[in-house]
Amino acid sequence: MKILVCISKSPDTTSKIAFTDNNTKFDENGVQYIVNPYDEWYALVRALEIKETLGGNVTIVTVGLAADEAIIRKALAIGADNAVRIDAEPSDAFYTAMQISNYAKSNEFDLILTGKETINYNGSQLAGMLAESLDLPFVSLATKLDINGTTLTLEREIVGGLQIEEVTLPAVVSCAKGMAEQRIPNMRGIMAARTKPLQIIAPVAIEPLTSYVTYSIPNSKTACKMIDPMNMDELVELLHNEAKVI
Amino acid sequence: MSILVYINSNGGIHKSALEVVTYGKKIGENVTVITSGSADTSTLSSLGKYGATKVLVDRSLQNDDAQQITRLIAAAAEKTSATTIVFSQDITAKAVAPRLSVRLNAGLISGAIDIPSSDGNVKVNVFSGKAFGSVHVHSSKQIISVLPNSIQPEITGSDCTVEEFDGNIGAASIKVIDTKKPEGEIPLPEAELVVSAGRGMKAPENWHLVEALANELGAATACSRPVADIGWRPHHEHVGQTGVAIRPNLYIAIGISGAIQHLAGVNGSKVIVVINTDAEAPFFKAADYGIVGDAFEVLPRLTEAVKKFHATSH
Repeated sequence: MKILVCISKSPDTTSKIAFTDNNTKFDENGVQYIVNPYDEWYALVRALEIKETLGGNVTIVTVGLAADEAIIRKALAIGADNAVRIDAEPSDAFYTAMQISNYAKSNEFDLILTGKETINYNGSQLAGMLAESLDLPFVSLATKLDINGTTLTLEREIVGGLQIEEVTLPAVVSCAKGMAEQRIPNMRGIMAARTKPLQIIAPVAIEPLTSYVTYSIPNSKTACKMIDPMNMDELVELLHNEAKVI
Repeated sequence: MSILVYINSNGGIHKSALEVVTYGKKIGENVTVITSGSADTSTLSSLGKYGATKVLVDRSLQNDDAQQITRLIAAAAEKTSATTIVFSQDITAKAVAPRLSVRLNAGLISGAIDIPSSDGNVKVNVFSGKAFGSVHVHSSKQIISVLPNSIQPEITGSDCTVEEFDGNIGAASIKVIDTKKPEGEIPLPEAELVVSAGRGMKAPENWHLVEALANELGAATACSRPVADIGWRPHHEHVGQTGVAIRPNLYIAIGISGAIQHLAGVNGSKVIVVINTDAEAPFFKAADYGIVGDAFEVLPRLTEAVKKFHATSH
C-alpha cells in the first residue's frame, strides 16, 4: 500500500492572530508553526496505522519553502517513511493542489490522505481539487476509514448525520476527528527522522486563481452587560427588545 | 451576469438554500438554481420568491456523490453561461466546490460571509473565525461558498418555472452503504439559536436542564470539546476550532470557560450570553450578556422566564 499524506503548516492554535504591511500579510512575528492538526492527528496517524497492518510506505508531501522543513521532520519523527517538499510558496489552494497533483501523477499512490482543512485558511479545498485533477473519487470529512483489499469503507459526516460509504482504490480522503488518535514522537523517531529521505522538487508553472487582498480582525465586543442571576426576566427582555434575537 | 446557485433539495428546502438563492439575487439579475434530489416541483418553484429566475432539476441523482454533482453543476453552468456559482458552505459544498473549481478553472472562495464588495472582493472567515480576509479572484469564473446564517432570506418575487434537466451525471464512484440521520433535530450549523454547555454541568445526567431551555427556545444544543471527548455528548455537537464552527443569532454558553479554541468556533455568533460560576472566566470578555451564577439555579429560572415570555403574546 503506497500512501501519500499531504501536510501543511499552520500557526499554533494559541497564536495571536495579527497582520502587517497595511493588513495585507499575516504577522509571523513570534508565531510558532506546527503541522496542521488535522493533517497530523488524523491523516498521518491513520496512514501509519494502515501501514502497520498492511505493510507499505507512507510518503508526506508539502508545498513550502526551506523554513518548513521543521514540520516535515516532525511528521517523519511521528513515523512517515520519506518526505517530498515542493519548493514554492503555497499561494492558494488551487496552486498547491496542482503542484501535488503533478507530483502524484508520476508516483501512483493507492491512497491520498489530507486533513479536513487547515486551521488558518479553513478552505477545505485542497483534497477535492487534487481528486478532480487526478480524476479520482474523493470522500470528504471522513471520520473512520478501513481497507479490505482494494475497497475502502468510510464513515463521513453529511448534513445533519453520518453516512457509510464504499469506494475503490485509488482514492482521495480528507480526514476529520475520530479517524485516529494523536501520536507523540518518541526519541527514536526523532533521531530516525534526521536521516529519512527528503526530496526537494521544483514547482511547475501554475497561476493561482485567488489571492487574499486584505485582512481584518473582528471588532472586540463592547463591555459585557452583567445580569442579576435572580432576574432572568430581564435577560429575556433584553434578548427580545435590545438584541432582537428572540 | 449569469448566476448559478446549487442547492441540495433532498428532504426538502433548507433555510440555507433560501439564503444562497437570496445571495445570488443580490449579485445578479439572472439567477438559475440547479438541484438534484427529491423535492417536488411546487416546492422548487417557490424558490422564485427568493430571486430564482428558473430552477433546473435532475431527478436521476439521489445520493451525495461528489463526482456526479460536479458533472451536474458543470453541465448547468455551461447551459446557462454562468460566471458565478454559489453554494452554501455545507458538507456537500466542501466535497463538490473544489472539484468544480478545477473542472471550470474557476477561483473558489470558501466561507464567504457577505456579498462581493464594489471591487468584487469577497469577505471570508479565516484563522478559524479569529480574522476576516478579503479574497480576490483572478479567473473569469468564480465559485462562492457562503457560510450559513450570513445572509437573511428575502422574498422579492414570485414562483418561477421548474425544468427537468439532464446533467449527464455518469456513474457513481461512491457506493452508499448506510445513512444515519437523527430525526427532527435542527442541524447545528443552520440553527439560529444555540444552547451550549460544558464541564460546568458536572455530569451528563444534568443535561435535561440544557435541553429544557433549548426546547423552550426552539434552539439546537451544542457542547464544548472536553464534554464530547469524555463522551457526555455526541461529537457532532462539539463546537469550536476542531469541531463545528457556527454563527447563530444567539449563542448561550453554560459552564464553558471560553478557551481560545472554543471561541474560534462561535465568535461569529451575533449575540453571546455566558452563564458561569466563575466571574473571571475568559468567556465573559467575548460575551454580550453575562450571568455569574450557578447553572443549576439559573437554567430553570431562565427556562421559566422564556416560557412566560412565549405565553404572553410572543
